[in-house]
Amino acid sequence: MRYKLVDQKSFRAAEAKAKINQSHGLHPDDRYLKPGRIPHIWCQGCGLGIVLTAFIKAMDSMDIPIDTCAVVSGIGCTGRVAGYLNMDTYHTTHGRAIPFATGLKLAKPSHHIVVFSGDGDLFAIGGNHFIHAARRNIDLMVICVNNFNYGMTGGQAGPTTHMSARTTTTPYGNYEYPFNLVDLAHASGAVYVARWTTYHARYLIESVKRCFGKKGFKFIEVISPCPTGYGRPNRLGTGLDEMKIYREKSVIRNHMNPREAALDFKGTIVVGEFVDLEKPTFLDRYEDEVLSKFGESIKG
Amino acid sequence: MKKDREVLTGEHFLNGDEACAEGAIAAGCRFFAGYPITPATEVSETMARRLPEVGGVYIQMEDEIASMAAILGASWGGVKSMTATSGPGFSLMMENIGLGMMMETPCVVINIMRGGPSTGLPTLVGQGDVMQARWGSHGDYGVIALTPASPQEMFDLAIRAFNLSEKYRIPVIVLSDEMIGHMYEKVVIPERRAVPRISRKKPRTAADEFYPFQGEKDLIPPMACAGDGYRIHVTGLTHDEQGYPVISADAQERLVRRLCDKIRLHAGEIIDFRETATKDADVIVVAYGCSARSAEEAVGLSRREGIRVGLLRLVTVWPFPEERVRQLAERVKGFVVPEVNYGQIAYEVERCAGGKETLMMGLMGGAVHNPEMIMNAIKEMAESGKAAGGERGVKRS
Repeated sequence: MRYKLVDQKSFRAAEAKAKINQSHGLHPDDRYLKPGRIPHIWCQGCGLGIVLTAFIKAMDSMDIPIDTCAVVSGIGCTGRVAGYLNMDTYHTTHGRAIPFATGLKLAKPSHHIVVFSGDGDLFAIGGNHFIHAARRNIDLMVICVNNFNYGMTGGQAGPTTHMSARTTTTPYGNYEYPFNLVDLAHASGAVYVARWTTYHARYLIESVKRCFGKKGFKFIEVISPCPTGYGRPNRLGTGLDEMKIYREKSVIRNHMNPREAALDFKGTIVVGEFVDLEKPTFLDRYEDEVLSKFGESIKG
Repeated sequence: MKKDREVLTGEHFLNGDEACAEGAIAAGCRFFAGYPITPATEVSETMARRLPEVGGVYIQMEDEIASMAAILGASWGGVKSMTATSGPGFSLMMENIGLGMMMETPCVVINIMRGGPSTGLPTLVGQGDVMQARWGSHGDYGVIALTPASPQEMFDLAIRAFNLSEKYRIPVIVLSDEMIGHMYEKVVIPERRAVPRISRKKPRTAADEFYPFQGEKDLIPPMACAGDGYRIHVTGLTHDEQGYPVISADAQERLVRRLCDKIRLHAGEIIDFRETATKDADVIVVAYGCSARSAEEAVGLSRREGIRVGLLRLVTVWPFPEERVRQLAERVKGFVVPEVNYGQIAYEVERCAGGKETLMMGLMGGAVHNPEMIMNAIKEMAESGKAAGGERGVKRS
């Protein structure tokens, strides 16, 4: 067989370099952002920027060395977080960020491994991985940005969509029961479980800091506006309007039983730190139960 | 680490699954993620028992999707990693095998083939995943698949699979089958220093001069793992040489062509086959894995009857040795291709046979070929240059 292919345009490193260095370094947070990746792809009013900033602020105030941290994402709007952070970042397949991160963690035990992903990615297609990583107590920080719908694909219903909410695939109202993510995380074995909204940016920073200082499977749910995908069909207004809703409807209930923290459509939003306990991690258990029998250790 | 437990030098009586696990550990594999499945479970069991002895990590994941994702993550953590499965699990792994191809991640996937489709024949042999190994994940990419035909080769090819994966930065597939996986034979494990070991290329430039997905002359980019200080972005999206997502035809053209070409360019050094009595052969039997065992017997018996027949045993099914088959086609009457499926490699042989007769001898799975079946086909082909058989074997009553 003979081939006929188009001429390839070669990669121009100098041009790419000029582009990525353009205006990079002007903002104090730029050392945490990959050169040339801003502007981001997120919509006006989206909460992802707030979550990303909270993460950066937490890292900065904890002085976490950038090269001891890696971020793994799945697919979706939140899945794009990884690509903006100036560290080792992995943008994996839909739903599989947690098992990828599990492999990475076990190969790099001293690293901070953070999973950033959305509610659909982590709890629909990736739900099985979430509960098993929590059960094993793999030392991961999982940040779920919950906007109650599939934003990237244009606003379809997902596993957290409120009852009766309108989406493009529930045009007459959602008839499925949603997950209560914090309850699921707690029941699955997470050692740290918190929920905040993007209005609670400072609490969120403190939660991320707590997670950086804690071993085990840590879960933070961040309720975030999606004015384009979820706000519009449900008449929630702009991103700012949703922030106002969060301010009005949120109540902080630290240490509350997460079972009682279910979310109602347009009802009260219970936020807070629900679970914070100590438990040996997967690697602690593997070392104690198995490796020690052979005089081996991998935690270094 | 206990060096003496790394390579168990000496003579052993092992089945193929166990030998494969020993080969992996000898090659430097220190991370295994898997999910139990017949007939590949013995690979997992051996890894669970052996990895702690050498300071490695064994984890039983919740499914094969997670297993495949985990070995990719471990590889980016700088550790040689592997999973093992059979047909249903192999199907589940396909999306993340594609991710491994896109992220150019060295790792090894063992598939101990059983009869399919679906649950099929969990405990019995099949070779129906050959084309799946080549084309199973969506999109275009280069593939390397090895087909061991004995427990000894399971050991040897597990080592080669790791070395190829590290060299070419792709998930390498070892396409074995239930018969070879469960067959017990003598396996000779060499001394530690006789085990060849290749590790991925590391970047030699400073971080701001490093383009993590720019192929060098050999089209393979050096690999910066987590914590190496390069702070790279690795994505399953089409990306440019910096690793940044670029959704364009130009970026796709450059990336996907390189992913294919990096294997095509090196096909000559990757391809491995064994020839028996092919020099003066009128008929060539092309076989691999369990089918090669029956074929070997059939060729030997036919030779004793004076029939000029040779065996081309494929050690790598992918890349397929097109050139060699074309050369052989020039001087033979035809090819006999026994395989435990309804024709997969037979199509590749026919494609390269230059119009010479190609007889596909298919078994749907559950049993291997009786050497006599192959002998009869060889005899007919040698005598008449024709193969007795129907079009696609469909019999109508």
